Amino acid sequence: MGFLTVLKKMKQKEKEMRILMLGLDNAGKTTILKRFNGEPIDTISPTLGFNIKTLEHRGFTLNLWDVGGQKSLRSYWRNYFECTDGLIWVVDSADKRRLEDCKGELHTLLQEERLAGATLLIFANKQDLPGACSPEQLKEILELDQIKTHHWQIAKCSAVTGENLLKGVDWMIDDIAARIFTLD
Amino acid sequence: MSSFKRDKKEEEDGGGNPFQNIEKTTVLQEARVFNDTTVNPRKCTHILTKLLYLLNQGEQLGAKEATDAFFAMTKLFQSRDVILRRMVYLGIKELSSIADDVIIVTSSLTKDMTGKEDLYRAAAIRALCSITDATMLQTIERYMKQAIVDRNSAVSSAALVSSLHMTKLAPDVVKRWVNEAQEAVNSDNIMVQYHALGLLYHIRKTDRLAVTKLVAKLTRISLKSPYAVCMLIRITAKLLEEEDSSNDSPQFEFIESCLRHKSEMVVYEAAHAIVNLKRTTSRELAPAISVLQLFCGSPKPTLRFAAVRTLNQVAISHPAAVTACNLDLENLITDSNRSIATLAITTLLKTGAESSVDRLMKQIATFVSEISDEFKVVVVQAIRALALKFPRKHSVLMNFLSAMLRDEGGLEYKASIADTIITIIEDNPEAKEAGLAHLCEFIEDCEHTSLAVRILHLLGKEGPRTKQPSRCIRFIYNRVILENPTVRAAAVSAMAQFGATCPDLLENIQVLLARCQMDSDDEVRDRATYYSNILGQQDKSLYNSYILETLQVSIPSLERSLKEYAQNPNELPFDMKSVPIATIPTREETELDKHKSEGMIISNGPTKPATVSREENFAEKLSAIPGIAELGPLFKSSDVVELTESETEYFVRCIKHCFTNHVVLQFDCLNTLSDQLLEDVRVQLDPSEGYSIVTAIPCPKLPYNETGSTYVVLKFPSNDLPNSVGTFGAVLKFIVKDCDPNTGLPDTDEGYDDEYMLEDLEVTLGDQIQKINKMNWAAAWDEAAATCVEMEDTYSLSSMNTLEEAVKNIVQFLGLQPAERSDKVPEGKSTHTLLLAGMFRGGIDILVRAKLALSDGVTMQLTVRSTDGDVAELITSTVG
Repeated sequence: MGFLTVLKKMKQKEKEMRILMLGLDNAGKTTILKRFNGEPIDTISPTLGFNIKTLEHRGFTLNLWDVGGQKSLRSYWRNYFECTDGLIWVVDSADKRRLEDCKGELHTLLQEERLAGATLLIFANKQDLPGACSPEQLKEILELDQIKTHHWQIAKCSAVTGENLLKGVDWMIDDIAARIFTLD
Repeated sequence: MSSFKRDKKEEEDGGGNPFQNIEKTTVLQEARVFNDTTVNPRKCTHILTKLLYLLNQGEQLGAKEATDAFFAMTKLFQSRDVILRRMVYLGIKELSSIADDVIIVTSSLTKDMTGKEDLYRAAAIRALCSITDATMLQTIERYMKQAIVDRNSAVSSAALVSSLHMTKLAPDVVKRWVNEAQEAVNSDNIMVQYHALGLLYHIRKTDRLAVTKLVAKLTRISLKSPYAVCMLIRITAKLLEEEDSSNDSPQFEFIESCLRHKSEMVVYEAAHAIVNLKRTTSRELAPAISVLQLFCGSPKPTLRFAAVRTLNQVAISHPAAVTACNLDLENLITDSNRSIATLAITTLLKTGAESSVDRLMKQIATFVSEISDEFKVVVVQAIRALALKFPRKHSVLMNFLSAMLRDEGGLEYKASIADTIITIIEDNPEAKEAGLAHLCEFIEDCEHTSLAVRILHLLGKEGPRTKQPSRCIRFIYNRVILENPTVRAAAVSAMAQFGATCPDLLENIQVLLARCQMDSDDEVRDRATYYSNILGQQDKSLYNSYILETLQVSIPSLERSLKEYAQNPNELPFDMKSVPIATIPTREETELDKHKSEGMIISNGPTKPATVSREENFAEKLSAIPGIAELGPLFKSSDVVELTESETEYFVRCIKHCFTNHVVLQFDCLNTLSDQLLEDVRVQLDPSEGYSIVTAIPCPKLPYNETGSTYVVLKFPSNDLPNSVGTFGAVLKFIVKDCDPNTGLPDTDEGYDDEYMLEDLEVTLGDQIQKINKMNWAAAWDEAAATCVEMEDTYSLSSMNTLEEAVKNIVQFLGLQPAERSDKVPEGKSTHTLLLAGMFRGGIDILVRAKLALSDGVTMQLTVRSTDGDVAELITSTVG
């Protein structure tokens, strides 16, 4: 194997990112995934297990893992932590009753050693619904300012309208790229 | 030496198996590659193959290892490589039973099974059904229904077969898919049609009316798939068998019409079904037999094999019909396929006349060395049947068998020959001397310890009664010199039998036993010392109880009792009488076992663990119930008695458990009403004179379609044996709560009392007697003359017309064990003596001799010897 091939392979690898998408059930993870991929979003049932999508975006290959958020499935999340470059935490901004639960799950997740160093993007989803919390409110409630271990950002979005989705992901890609891709 | 052989073999294989030296830990380590961000399909496929190979070789994975491998495997879903994905499906199926949390892939598999890629869909369905449990099934129900009626036949078949597997898990859910299955039956694809019929039948098979309808409907339209037609023939045949309807029914007509089907498979299946129906007349049989006859001459070996095998199976039930094919069968003897030849010749043996035996035996001898052990066993079984049929031919057959014994062969083959010789000896006194001589010769050079031990035991039992017992002793003593410890020990026991039975040989035996006391093995020495001491006492009764008779108690319970005794130190000595007696398999059971294996090549399943008697099982269950444990050891459990008709609202059966002073009646009740919940179910008894009810244990709750048990504990009449045989009136009492048939939940908390009349229940003499197998009945009888009370009476059994019938009834009535094969009445005799032995509850020995004479009915002189006079009187008085 020549030096060039080694370089080429390394480069190829670097262009790949593994992104894990988590959140409580009914937060809209699968809808976001489908919206990205341009698939119809009218028949989506609760995810029993996980979905995996590979996307090309801005010359990067994104491996998006969407694992179901029901209580019974949350214990399986840990099986998908390994080699994660970016974590997308999806919040149902209109479901105010479960925001406490949401905060708890998120903070336990961030303790996880295998997720250390991953970029965290929080999607304040369902902004199209009346009565949805604003990103600022969510920042308060979820106590995001306490997070010192990860690069994070909160972005408001709506999977149904597609608003702001790309912007959020672009920030994430830039952050990951700046962190690990040194050869460019 | 053996390792050298194996090496050589490996060389011959030429490194054919690349997976030969892989290890579990290495593969599991490699499987971590699945977690990499980029998936390398080729590499991952290879690792998965290794993993599957290991699992299929029987390698066991722990739950943790399996779960880790499983989750790593789920990461492979990100690859779009078709081959890899299909390997993942296989991996999921293999690991689904070992790993935890397998439902994680539900979503991914549902996507694949409904997706566009046809290559994924069928396999995804199969994998999905293997990971689904009853609760999850509801969530994928919609997809399954769609898949069953899918246009793609592979998908449809996969869904149907998976549904069939799911019926074990969630029969109720699958039942709801009956409409889809119905639609799939109309499919044009032959496999889909077959699988759909399979599922449809499985869903409906408990409902006979629905099956009848299904058959009626499908026999009218002609199914396209020959597999489906075969299946339909089987269903129809089963229905005919169950319904007992006459054979001119449309169902039978359907089977017969299939004899003219264009597919050979269907024709064979129809012929097979007709021939195997219990009540076919010879006229109906003729077309089926002629079909089989035609197949015998087919150029296809499979057809010839199928035909000859079927003929072989029915050779006993329809000898005349099979005889018609004799000519064709004769031609098949020289068939190049040895399996066909063997079956042909054994069929001929079964149906043949006495005159053709010699010729056929000669023909077998020409090729017996060329066939495999399994078929040799078939030949041996045929010879056994022949020997029973033509006792006069025993010398030819015996010689043949002994020649076979000398050939090379596995244990199973040798054991079946030895079995056959033993059967012949038992059945035909004339063959005894020759048979024993052959067996003596065989153990001279027998490499199978278990077989040698069996034969030595037989020699010990039968040898002393031959004309020249001393001849056997030489063979037996040779074993002591030459064999391994197990055989040596058996040989010592056999010699002791000679010593105890033949007084003139006693001195010589003592000399031999003395030599055995120098043996290097503990067991052999112990046995020799034990026997030598007993024989030294010169006491007949000691011989009887310690040498000639074997242990009567059931070994597993003896072990348990001794363990209990050792754990709880007790002043009292251990009481052998407290151990339940081993049950003796009834003749029918043994016969049934024999029949099952006759003429068929069946693989024997894993060997059963040491059989635990019914009493053992019950004793365990009963001891868990408070109040019953104090009654002491269980003495005997009766057969099941039905107290209602089997298709009534409440189906009640009773088992009578007899203890020393008590009887426990176990009522198993089945509630067949779906809209009722029964509570506090109990049986109210009206006991006969002398009995007193100790306690009654009700069954608290009895939902629909469940069996619950309620118990009544009764005390036998004390000091009043004649009254222990009695009839009780019985009424089932309970509280009814109406409930919703679907959920089984009661509508209200209030129930109402109700009752249900049961048939009268009898406690008979047989319930209180346990069978005991006496090896040497005559010796025990003589001994009992001195120690026991004897009662004698004469009866005339006018309702009996034959001796066999009388013997059968007496054995059944008294519940005693016939000894020395006296329950078999020789043909053409007008007198017979039946010898019986048993034990009355409380450990009272009973010996009964019944002299029967046939004269316008049967006259019987019954002599009872028992250690307890009351018991003897009870027996003589109840018989009348």
